Amino acid sequence: MAVVFEKTKALTDIPFHYCPGCTHGIIHRLVAEVLDELNLTGRTIGVAPVGCAVFAYNYFNCDMIEAAHGRAPAVATGVKRARPDSIVFTYQGDGDLAAIGTAETVHSATRGENITIIFVNNAIYGMTGGQMAPTTLPGQITQTTPYGRDTNTAGYPVRICEMLSTLDGVAYAERVSVDTVKNIATAKKAVKKAFTAQVEGKGFSIVEVLSTCPTNWGLTPIEALDWLRANMIPYYPLGVYKDKTEKGVKHHD
Amino acid sequence: MADKVLMKGNEALAEAAIKAGCRHFFGYPITPQTEISAHMSKRMPKIGGTYLQAESEIAAINMVLGAAAAGVRAMTSSSSPGISLKSEGVSYIAGSDLPCLIIDVMRAGPGLGGIQPSQSDYWQVTRALGHGDFQLLVFAPSTVQEMVDFVFDAFDMADKYRMPAVILADGMLGQMMEPVEFRRGDVTDLPEKPWAACGHQNKREHNIVNSLYIDPPALEKLVQERYKKYEQIKETEQKAEEYLTEDADIIVVAYGASARIVKSAVNSARKLGLKAGMIRPITLWPFPDKVITRRADTAKAFLAVEMSMGQMVDDVRLAVGGKKPVHFFGRTGGIIPTPAEVLEQIKTILGGAK
Amino acid sequence: MAKMTVNEDLCKGCGLCTTACPKKIVHLSKHRLNAKGYHPAEVIEMEKCIGCAMCATICPDVAITVER
Repeated sequence: MAVVFEKTKALTDIPFHYCPGCTHGIIHRLVAEVLDELNLTGRTIGVAPVGCAVFAYNYFNCDMIEAAHGRAPAVATGVKRARPDSIVFTYQGDGDLAAIGTAETVHSATRGENITIIFVNNAIYGMTGGQMAPTTLPGQITQTTPYGRDTNTAGYPVRICEMLSTLDGVAYAERVSVDTVKNIATAKKAVKKAFTAQVEGKGFSIVEVLSTCPTNWGLTPIEALDWLRANMIPYYPLGVYKDKTEKGVKHHD
Repeated sequence: MADKVLMKGNEALAEAAIKAGCRHFFGYPITPQTEISAHMSKRMPKIGGTYLQAESEIAAINMVLGAAAAGVRAMTSSSSPGISLKSEGVSYIAGSDLPCLIIDVMRAGPGLGGIQPSQSDYWQVTRALGHGDFQLLVFAPSTVQEMVDFVFDAFDMADKYRMPAVILADGMLGQMMEPVEFRRGDVTDLPEKPWAACGHQNKREHNIVNSLYIDPPALEKLVQERYKKYEQIKETEQKAEEYLTEDADIIVVAYGASARIVKSAVNSARKLGLKAGMIRPITLWPFPDKVITRRADTAKAFLAVEMSMGQMVDDVRLAVGGKKPVHFFGRTGGIIPTPAEVLEQIKTILGGAK
Repeated sequence: MAKMTVNEDLCKGCGLCTTACPKKIVHLSKHRLNAKGYHPAEVIEMEKCIGCAMCATICPDVAITVER
């Protein structure tokens, strides 16, 4: 018998600390598999966020840098400008990317920085115990919206892919989900397309991955997948929001 | 022999950074240091370097973190309100043991304050520009030539000790024009950085540049090791200029633009037969306490002169150790003290001291 | 012939693999616990395994290896 599925070399042997059923593990694996399959691991530098994935630097087998909360795209910009031949990605949650880091996210995108952002959207702040995130749904109960998110006082969720797709520097923006095996396959294709766009110097790429947080949603891992399907996908539709990977965003005189 | 060129302080500093091998500048406009950004924006594209006008001073310092982590000489510059924005980033850079250069061309504060020169960021940069236990190397130029020379020292020492360096200037130095020489040519032999996160090329274990150490004993050990390094720096890298201090009854301590004014006042005092002298700290961290402690045995009094409500004077008092009285004179709000005002202070203090 | 192997030390008993298997042969062990206190995933009827690797694809802990 031949091995048809085993752990990729782009992941270290350190076991993930994530909660049972947390989809971070799936997403880490997809990113690592893509790096391995495209033979990029040796020249990749990843930027870890502040959030549940703060220890991401222990799990990826490439050089890693820890960024302050929200600052990963700025750190990634510094790395890419210093080492233009490297492959640079950030891995960020919804607080990191869409709350404190909104400016860094928007400006790295509009500058067309040749980096790849993996955006893990689980509509809640996981690490700090389940507070409202910018992507928390209307009516969703969290620690800081105990009566459900009231859009009159707490405002509306932000749709990142839609928002970033208005920027000319964005070469590729796709929203995917990891709630089913089929969706996981689509997600991996998106990650591969994003990193390929970076290799080809096409511009900024982002893959937004709808994810679960069983612990803070108060659901079992399997129930959490159902909740994602029923509530998040309708609000955050899956699909490609920008694809300029043929020509890219840079002009070459 | 290098030619002398008349240059504005900000521009001379920027040019020196390029000659020191810096090819990555991330900045944001703010008065009175925008010329540094403008100069970099003209020069960097021509030499294959990076000039990036970031969306904020916060983004700029984080870009510096990234570039420094990737192993290159990186810098940013700002003025007081922008330096406050960088606090978080500087703490992360120090906590990650990364070298870099930060320029603070001080203006009046607090808050939006004013755009005229001041020295009221002294505490901010010497007590550590951010949360946690750490120190930065701090250099205080007093002439446009020093705006040039200290850039080389700052980058060299930052690389050697793996910590951020600050050049603490003020609006007057940034804007004034003086002849300068670029005595050190284009630096090309930069030190190796085996710890950098620059892509392992499958030839080594992956490098991690971070500042999170969740295990308390591990974090304590790391911080203590850093402090052993700081102790060594305090022993060997203190620098100050002494002017007519040997027989001085009163020693005036001042740095940066204030020192130029004090020197003038000291000369006037000497003409009046008053034995005044000056100690001009060149490194603000490590503070040159050794020379002050030594002169506290011979001088009768000290006077700190700053463009602030009195920040460096704390360090003067600590160094004098209660042996002699330490006075303070300062102007703030963007006002530069005059030599005449300082001379009055000297006269008053010596008149009273018996 | 195909088989999947669970690294029981890594398994957190989340159950995602049990939803993914098209042959419905992956279950959480009812009686056994691993060192961390989780009921690890297991396959009793391994002869029915088709080596599709869907269980491994959805496993968040990369705990499953598949051979065919």
